[in-house]
Amino acid sequence: MPFIPHTEEDIAEMLASIGADSIEALFDEIPADLKGGTLKEVPPGLSEMEITRLMMERASQDGFYQNFIGAGAYEHHIPAAVWQITTRGEFYSSYTPYQAEASQGTLQLLYEYQTMMASLTGMDVSNASMYDGATALAEAALMAVRSHKSSRRILIPETVHPVYRKVARAIVSNQKIEIVEVPFDQASGQVRLESLDAFATDDIAALVIPQPNFFGVLEQVDALTDWAHSKNALAIGVVNPTALALLKPPGEWGETGADIAVGEGQPLGIPLSSGGPYFGFMACKNSLIRQIPGRIIGRTNDLDGKPGFVLTLQAREQHIRRSKATSNICTNQGLMVTAATIYMSLLGPDGLRRVAAHSHANTSRLIKKLTAIPGVEQVFSSPFFHEAAIKLPSSAASALAKLKQNGILGGFDLQAHYPELENTLLVCATETKTEADIDNYVSQFRQALS
Amino acid sequence: MLIFEHARPGRRNYSQAPKASASFDDIPDHLLRKKQPLLPEVSEMDTVRHYTRLSQKNFSIDTEFYPLGSCTMKYNPRACNALAMLPQYLSRHPLAPEDTGQGFLACMYELQEILKDVTGMAGITLAPMAGAQGELAGVMMIRAYHEAHGDFERTEIIVPDAAHGTNPATAVMCGFKVVEIPTDKEGNVDLNALKAAVGPKTAGLMLTNPSTLGVFEENIAEMSRVVHEAGGLLYYDGANLNAVLGKVKPGDMGFDVIHINLHKTFSTPHGGGGPGSAPIGVAKRLLPYMPVPFVTLEDGKYRWVTEQERPQSIGHLSAHMGNAGVLLRAYIYVRLLGREGMNRIAEFATLNANYLMAELRKIGFEIAYPTRRASHEFIVTMKDIKDETGVTAMNLAKRLLDKGYHAPTTYFPILVPECLLIEPAETESKQTLDAFVTAMKEILDEIEQQPDMVKNAPHNMPLRKLDDVKAARELDLCWKPGA
Repeated sequence: MPFIPHTEEDIAEMLASIGADSIEALFDEIPADLKGGTLKEVPPGLSEMEITRLMMERASQDGFYQNFIGAGAYEHHIPAAVWQITTRGEFYSSYTPYQAEASQGTLQLLYEYQTMMASLTGMDVSNASMYDGATALAEAALMAVRSHKSSRRILIPETVHPVYRKVARAIVSNQKIEIVEVPFDQASGQVRLESLDAFATDDIAALVIPQPNFFGVLEQVDALTDWAHSKNALAIGVVNPTALALLKPPGEWGETGADIAVGEGQPLGIPLSSGGPYFGFMACKNSLIRQIPGRIIGRTNDLDGKPGFVLTLQAREQHIRRSKATSNICTNQGLMVTAATIYMSLLGPDGLRRVAAHSHANTSRLIKKLTAIPGVEQVFSSPFFHEAAIKLPSSAASALAKLKQNGILGGFDLQAHYPELENTLLVCATETKTEADIDNYVSQFRQALS
Repeated sequence: MLIFEHARPGRRNYSQAPKASASFDDIPDHLLRKKQPLLPEVSEMDTVRHYTRLSQKNFSIDTEFYPLGSCTMKYNPRACNALAMLPQYLSRHPLAPEDTGQGFLACMYELQEILKDVTGMAGITLAPMAGAQGELAGVMMIRAYHEAHGDFERTEIIVPDAAHGTNPATAVMCGFKVVEIPTDKEGNVDLNALKAAVGPKTAGLMLTNPSTLGVFEENIAEMSRVVHEAGGLLYYDGANLNAVLGKVKPGDMGFDVIHINLHKTFSTPHGGGGPGSAPIGVAKRLLPYMPVPFVTLEDGKYRWVTEQERPQSIGHLSAHMGNAGVLLRAYIYVRLLGREGMNRIAEFATLNANYLMAELRKIGFEIAYPTRRASHEFIVTMKDIKDETGVTAMNLAKRLLDKGYHAPTTYFPILVPECLLIEPAETESKQTLDAFVTAMKEILDEIEQQPDMVKNAPHNMPLRKLDDVKAARELDLCWKPGA
């Protein structure tokens, strides 16, 4: 029997010990009329050899493409050591570290992760991760409302990832929290201070500030942070962790820094994998520590005074506080954070900065070459990090279809989320793209337009 | 030693990052970072050694028996990991066109159909990323259902006192008031209390069955009738689905919405605390509210169903479609087990639990619900032992670590004093269970002969008991250089 080790003799001895005639007798408390129900849709079991063949066939059917899509999930080189260590059984098959003495590996790793993320974001503390970037933003909004007291209104610019805005709305609206979207400036691709004037007299719990924003554009983070603080609102930064190696961290924005920083951790060593599992990160100022959701690891001592690590501040969490918890969240994305921590160790500050700088330089090169094609224009005038929007003289959908025939995923069609941005593509070339890849893309692109 | 303490300024890995540095002159200076982040400057070998050593300080299913109640710590087959990590699956961008992912989408669609069948529900969506998010989705749908029917007065969710903490926390996150109802002496939900609690304010009941007390709710049909007659909906917390897989379908028990913890019943890894995955199944009347996206099959092609087609959907719960890689592992697992393997999970999980319960009772442990069958888990209470010797459930748990066994779940459910919730899972052999019983007997003897030694356990672990109070009072959440 697959994954069941019992022999006939074992079964007989176990039933004798229990005093039951059969295994079926152990289900005698289930009302008879509820039992049964045959499984029609579940096919007969496969051997490991057979499932291997099936999964390899389906993988080959999907194949490989040169990927120039970003839009919230980014292709980066993942060092071989990352997943070899991460998938060691001791990390892969362990449970949540509730028994601290039997979980020092995971706990210490999470403490190291918290240290790295707090420093990368320039914040005081980090939790041990959330599900993904979108839910981390939703939780940050809830956190802002808990700490603000008077306002239940969150301002989110349209330059924030469109699906993040949807997720945040879906999750927080149950608690009568209002999400108000702030329009962006069509020329710069940024949210401008003037657009915030409309909210000058409102009571606001928080302003969300993306850096870079969904268009890849860099926002005026200092001014936006100061505006939020002048309104007695919190500033929530939504940031790309690779970019943080290069860009000013949220903790240093404006006069006093953003209050909460969240984002998608996927660029830190997590494969694209059709969208998950990824992880969300969340860091904040010390003053907000008791409002932060999710697991937190602290350093302490054992009975002999030796340093060790435990889950701490658990009085915020659902397994202790039940209906009064800061969130219903129970897990973190432990294994993903394991990979990210190993990734950050292997790259170090210099390596991560190189990844960021190369991604920026590659996208700059690509945009320069694409906009040299007659009729192709860069949409926004502001500086960008590692993706940018270009406007095509003809249908973006048809250009993408032609590129795909030549093995290239050419970018993300922005019209899906921004009806006003017709025939506009968001393109991204990370450090994984060579000059030849970029030239190939440009030449295929030229043909696709003709 | 922390990874940061292995670091030396200027040490770096030359093969893993781009060789030359690149220009970023066009980014305005005031937007740039001035101070380098505190990432360790270590060699590849330092990193590999450090994290390999850390891994060795963990207990895991691959190294120890892990009878952790309500967590279903079964073996995670290696094939599930190896095949989900084929490079084509890993490299696929979530926004890549559907026709470049028909192989992947076929797996997702078939997983939906299989889960529909084993749960007896009308629809499945794979979106939620963990049990608690599955609960959130389910309760949001209950709310959306009532509101779509113009019923805005249903402000309460009923939750038994034995429920997981996520149940009440989720209800509150969805804007509901929690009404807690007690458990009777036999471990069933108190039916009279339920009857008294339901009414025009009842939005729904959240129930785990078999319950976290390790017993099947015998009155489930009656409970279902009571809640439905009051106009409420029934939510099934699938945390313990492993105990009845292939035996009873939640849909047949009258549930309107359920979540399934793939990291429990379908053997995807716990990963030291995630990622989980919790598809939800719905009855016909909740189909319009399912979160998006999910996969459909049309004219031989798989594609995502989006919110444009589902205007009443509760919307998106993640940036993409949940934890796709976890879903792939679950798919591989169900294909390995097949139709005939589903029943066997429940059968052998139940056999192991009842055997272990019988053996522990024989050596002198008190069973909390001795007249009941165990489902796939059961509760030992150490109340009398504590009263006589002062040794607590937590002390025993720590002493088990010394003997090479992960501790059972302790102090949950909270209504049973000094409890150990024990779930052996079907993948453990009789010989492992017997060795565990021997260890438990040794500890019983130790409690009698040297209780103080047991109270101060663990003794053989890399660290002794850790000071939780100090951790919370003198918060140290990040390492600082020179500290």
